[in-house]
Amino acid sequence: MAYSILESCVNCWACEPLCPSRAIQAALPHFLIDAGKCTGCEGEYADPQCASICPVEGAILNELGEPANPPGSLTGIPPERMAAAMAEIQAR
Amino acid sequence: MELKVLGQDTQPAGGCSSGGCGGSSDQLGHLPEAIRDKVKNHPCYSEEAHHYYARMHVAVAPACNIQCHYCNRKYDCANESRPGVVSELLTPDQAVEKVMAVAANIPQMTVLGIAGPGDPLANPERTMETFRQLSAKAPDIRLCVSTNGLALPAQVEELSRHNIDHVTITINCVDPEVGAKIYPWIFWNNRRIRGRKAARILIEQQQKGLEMLVAKGILVKVNSVLIPGVNDGHLREVSRVVKAKGAFLHNVMPLIAEAGHGTFFGVMGQRGPTHTELQALQDECAGDMNMMRHCRQCRADAVGLLGEDRGAEFTMDKIEGMDIDYAAAMEQRAAVHAAIEENREQQRLKAAGVHVPLTALQGGRETRPVLMAVATSGGGVINQHFGHAREFLIYEASRQDVRFIGHRKVDAYCSGDDTCGEAETALQRTIRTLAGCEAVLCSRIGFEPWGLLEEAGIQPDGEHAMEPIEEAVAAVYREMAQAGRLDAPAPRLTRATA
Repeated sequence: MAYSILESCVNCWACEPLCPSRAIQAALPHFLIDAGKCTGCEGEYADPQCASICPVEGAILNELGEPANPPGSLTGIPPERMAAAMAEIQAR
Repeated sequence: MELKVLGQDTQPAGGCSSGGCGGSSDQLGHLPEAIRDKVKNHPCYSEEAHHYYARMHVAVAPACNIQCHYCNRKYDCANESRPGVVSELLTPDQAVEKVMAVAANIPQMTVLGIAGPGDPLANPERTMETFRQLSAKAPDIRLCVSTNGLALPAQVEELSRHNIDHVTITINCVDPEVGAKIYPWIFWNNRRIRGRKAARILIEQQQKGLEMLVAKGILVKVNSVLIPGVNDGHLREVSRVVKAKGAFLHNVMPLIAEAGHGTFFGVMGQRGPTHTELQALQDECAGDMNMMRHCRQCRADAVGLLGEDRGAEFTMDKIEGMDIDYAAAMEQRAAVHAAIEENREQQRLKAAGVHVPLTALQGGRETRPVLMAVATSGGGVINQHFGHAREFLIYEASRQDVRFIGHRKVDAYCSGDDTCGEAETALQRTIRTLAGCEAVLCSRIGFEPWGLLEEAGIQPDGEHAMEPIEEAVAAVYREMAQAGRLDAPAPRLTRATA
């Protein structure tokens, strides 16, 4: 099963030129991945290219249907550390 | 000592407080003639020029290759004016059409920049195609680009081919330890890289790009976002390093962080700097190099004079209905620019005639510096009604000179999460924004704000309508000195908050 893009996509074009299989289409209301072409970058790159540059958490699902960028991946702060990080930031 | 208002020629002895560090109208005074010529009509680089000339950004570059904690790509709010935000993404062809239409309708336009909403150099084809077409069709318009620097070394050669003589790099740190608190990740060599390693690569690329641009003779301005508790103690070092490498201007900007913007810093409650903190840091960095204080942190599709945004007049559907004679428009621009230059020259001459020895007026007594707010809609004169001002320019008058300090917006962005409570009126908010100022100069002012300003210890002044700003500020300072108001310490004022 291929990667897919959800409606939280902001159409920023970052993923489109990176896809080694040219599986990403600029479409409205949001970009789409052609499931027939997507290889998950298998054999091409260590990481799926679209998900590695996507600036929106949860906008791309992997072949298992799970968010390729889960909550916390955008900021680098996992949900369980959020409260502590917030306290530290607000003390600045 | 003479009160200098224009044409700074002295070198700062140490920080702005000693005067002449570029705070006055032409903060580019110390630059070599060749550079001054390149930037004197550039509203983003020359404080004086920004009163007269307009700029625009075209949003052709949506993709970004890094993540910053002060940016959120999800939001597009038409009411917001800040980088990274844009309403209408354009193709290069559309962008060129828009630039030609704006340049025909706003003949004060001198500059076209590409600044996003992502990173222009992460979208090299779109960015370069726009530049390629414009350098052919509107050769009188200067082209610039703003970048985070990650892809810069790879693009310097291409940039130099497109008649681009100004590049802005946003450099928030030169230490990966600091960088890791600002950039959660970068996309580099086909991988998402996090933490200090990511920051180290970004910093290396920024510095390398800066050196390469300088070697090519391309002017480089450095933008830094001041983030209290993160890089506030570090930006002096940044200023020192980028100056040593040949950047000609350093622009320290306040962090914009509000929960309503959905940025990491906004949501987490990271505060922005107070006006006082920003000014103090700009002053500290000024010992090292030329500082810029009039930046308005524009949107990636801003149109018009700095401080105004006429983008809504030039949406693609409106442009399609316009009938434009491009050749005539370019001639008109040349005529308008010539008239502006004549006006600037006259103001310069006029100002030179009004230098007044302040020490004589004061019998040699020490007088303290005073902050004043000015309402202007452009042209370098006081010509705006207090109630119409969406921002105030802040000047500091002292025995030495009148210097521009910065601007304060009174038309808040989306003020979704205002900590001051809903009971505060727009007028009260404006007055709070002016905290620290002792006078406000405007063309006219209503009865109600007059009274409230006086209560707040800010003297309203409508006596200097249509006068050149620095001249009027100097005059008010003299009046205050003569009235003995400058012998006393500054009245206790509420500290301005960002």
